Amino acid sequence: MSFPALLHWSNSADTLHETSILAEVVLAMNKVGKNCKTNRNGASDGSPGGLELTGGNCGIVAREDFSDVTFLLEFHHPMMARAARPGQFVIVIAHEDGERIPLTIADFDADKGTVTLVIQAVGKTTRQMQEICQVGTKIHSVVGPMGVPSNTKGPKKVICVGGGLGVAPVYPQARAFKENGAYVIGVIGFRSKELMFWEDKFKAVCDEFIVCTDDGSEGIKGRVTDGIELALKGHDDIDELVAIGPPIMMQASVETTRPHNIKSTVSLNPIMVDGTGMCGGCRVMVGNELKFACVDGPDFDGHQVDFSDLMNRLARFRPDEKKAVENWEGG
Amino acid sequence: MAKKTIRTIPQDRTPIPEQAPEVRAKNFDEVTLGYEVEQALNESMRCLLCPEPACVPACPVSIDIPGFIEKISNKDYRGAYDTISQNSLLPAICGRVCPQEDQCEMVCPVGETLEPVAIGRLERWIGDLAIKEGWASIPYSKPNTFKIGVVGSGPAGMACAADMAKAGCDVTIFEALHKPGGVLRYGIPEFRLPNSVVDTELENLAKLGVKIECNVLIGRLFTIEDMLEEMGFDAVFVGTGAGAPKFMGIPGETLNGVLSANELLTRCNLMGAGDFPRHDTPMHLGKRISVIGSGNTAMDAMRVCLRLGAENVTCVYRRTEAESPARLEELHHANEEGIEFHWLTTPIEILDDGEGNVRAMRCLEMELGEPDDSGRRRPIPVEGSEFELETDMVIYAIGTNPNPIIGQTSKLKLNQWGYIEVDENMAGSIAGVYAGGDIVTGAATVILAMGAGRDAARSMKAYLGIRDSERACQIQDDGPMNRLFGIDIEERNFARIRIA
Repeated sequence: MSFPALLHWSNSADTLHETSILAEVVLAMNKVGKNCKTNRNGASDGSPGGLELTGGNCGIVAREDFSDVTFLLEFHHPMMARAARPGQFVIVIAHEDGERIPLTIADFDADKGTVTLVIQAVGKTTRQMQEICQVGTKIHSVVGPMGVPSNTKGPKKVICVGGGLGVAPVYPQARAFKENGAYVIGVIGFRSKELMFWEDKFKAVCDEFIVCTDDGSEGIKGRVTDGIELALKGHDDIDELVAIGPPIMMQASVETTRPHNIKSTVSLNPIMVDGTGMCGGCRVMVGNELKFACVDGPDFDGHQVDFSDLMNRLARFRPDEKKAVENWEGG
Repeated sequence: MAKKTIRTIPQDRTPIPEQAPEVRAKNFDEVTLGYEVEQALNESMRCLLCPEPACVPACPVSIDIPGFIEKISNKDYRGAYDTISQNSLLPAICGRVCPQEDQCEMVCPVGETLEPVAIGRLERWIGDLAIKEGWASIPYSKPNTFKIGVVGSGPAGMACAADMAKAGCDVTIFEALHKPGGVLRYGIPEFRLPNSVVDTELENLAKLGVKIECNVLIGRLFTIEDMLEEMGFDAVFVGTGAGAPKFMGIPGETLNGVLSANELLTRCNLMGAGDFPRHDTPMHLGKRISVIGSGNTAMDAMRVCLRLGAENVTCVYRRTEAESPARLEELHHANEEGIEFHWLTTPIEILDDGEGNVRAMRCLEMELGEPDDSGRRRPIPVEGSEFELETDMVIYAIGTNPNPIIGQTSKLKLNQWGYIEVDENMAGSIAGVYAGGDIVTGAATVILAMGAGRDAARSMKAYLGIRDSERACQIQDDGPMNRLFGIDIEERNFARIRIA
């Protein structure tokens, strides 16, 4: 089986939708102490009530640039940090006239009161965020956590797969599996060594760790599917596979487990507007049923997902995305 | 003054100025421009001031309709506003969006012979005048120690919040979107309800001391149970609205170019997609657009499409115009603006252009059979009537399913359809939690939601043991058993011991 597009997505910016999986945000969650007497203004970061629409105006406390397109933002939002669970996402608005983009949470820390997103600057909004989101500024608006949290209880042995940016959102799941006592095999894939991030952080929550790069500059030369095959060869008792990354990578990943009948979970990030179940823009076909990724997901059984339908829908606004970037670059 | 009779009043309903259809179909300015003072005075003369008015009980919030109209005719406009404000928080909004022809105007006795009194237009005129003059009915209320949380900033939540704030409570509304107003903001388009009107009503809420926190998704950031158990709220009202758009389950519904009316309206009204790329949210409008359904949402969606530049907009509805659930005025306006109607038509498949986009819709013609449970005649397909309707965008406006988030995150009891179950006092299954509006009834109207919010506030006050002065005044004093120390026993004066 050949997937020529696999792992080549990270630089193909103009073909990717702003609100697609590529703009994944990872929110990490630490021990979620129920230190209540909650800050009622949590969402507004202590701003006064009334009509000030400062809802998710969250101060950026840290930023890290992994490459010229991939960057991490850690922002202050104690209430969200306390509420977040692996697998959930947030919706971000970059500025007053901005669009609402869903980003999967990469990390969250209830003690520090921060939530972390890893973002790939692939379209107008994310490129603008790369420019304006600096430490000391605030993200215009963030709402979340949203979506049904991942189920990280149960499996004894699990493979957690992250493709490129997908490494960020799958990390909190791997950590939670580990904390729940599972044997965790991590498989991460990048085009080359220079694009890698979080490998140490990820490795620390894994019992086994496989790095795949297209050019062989780190780990094994190959795609994540090669890494998964390797893990499957070594273990005949895998309970679950969790794969997050671009749709083509998730599709390829779940095909490796289909012959073995291993439960395979993917996290879908279709185009959304409100993220609360109201618009239906994020509908996906799962086992021939219409599902809303924002409220029924974002996690679904990868063997049931109609990926070609998903990829077609992700292309829905492609001409507009191009126009938005051109317009923005033109000033 | 001699008693007015049907013969002495102005015979014709005062027409309301409107933008010409060919002009307005290309802009988002308001369609109906509203009365001038002379027109309002003239129309107010048409009310017979019935001693036992039929219109008041027909109003979901029981506005003293003859009362405010009489004040208009006496040129006591502020008085008219105060009269409406006793029952309605949002006259400028309800005057615009209420289905008056099914409520107050339907039972107006003038309508038996002539056209009924234009109650909605008069209400709107007063509402607009109040905005212009900066009137607000802000009674002094003695603050109490109760903290009230309201989930959702739509009409139900706004009404409940206003009543609880007037009772002296500390009220916070939580809104999941980044701007407040609920359906008034994301749903109803600018040409029917300008955002400035919604803003004014929200400002009035702020003047009452109501706080609004946007970007808070209840159930996920914190739960209803958290609010009661950890955050110190004494009572919570849930008014989260209509929820998830319905699709039909026919082939082709995930093609690009198929979307819900909610999505179209949200992109346009809330996100400014009509102004792309100055606003970041795209729309990617089709040229030949079909809208499935014929309610108010369908009318809004179609008229938005026209204004955004669609060449042709078609309504596809499986029943006839007579069964269309839209307000008469909306149907009329849509017709005038050049919407094509395919009555007695139902889609059975949406067809692909080969590249994942909509090319056409395969439809069946219908005929009306025997009445169904709703009392309307059931549409039945006509055999061999299949045809293709060329279209590149299909918009679903066929209603909503309940939003699942509250059910996923709270123990609040839902009914078999997934809506929140409440008793006759709007109380949910958790003590202190009330609910109302579309999340209880399914999709309905702004005024019904507002009425539900007020009913819930009344029950909430009884639950908290707050004396409801409004209610106490309304109760006729018919014996000592009904009043204990001046307190209505129906208020169920719960003694609540608050643990600090």
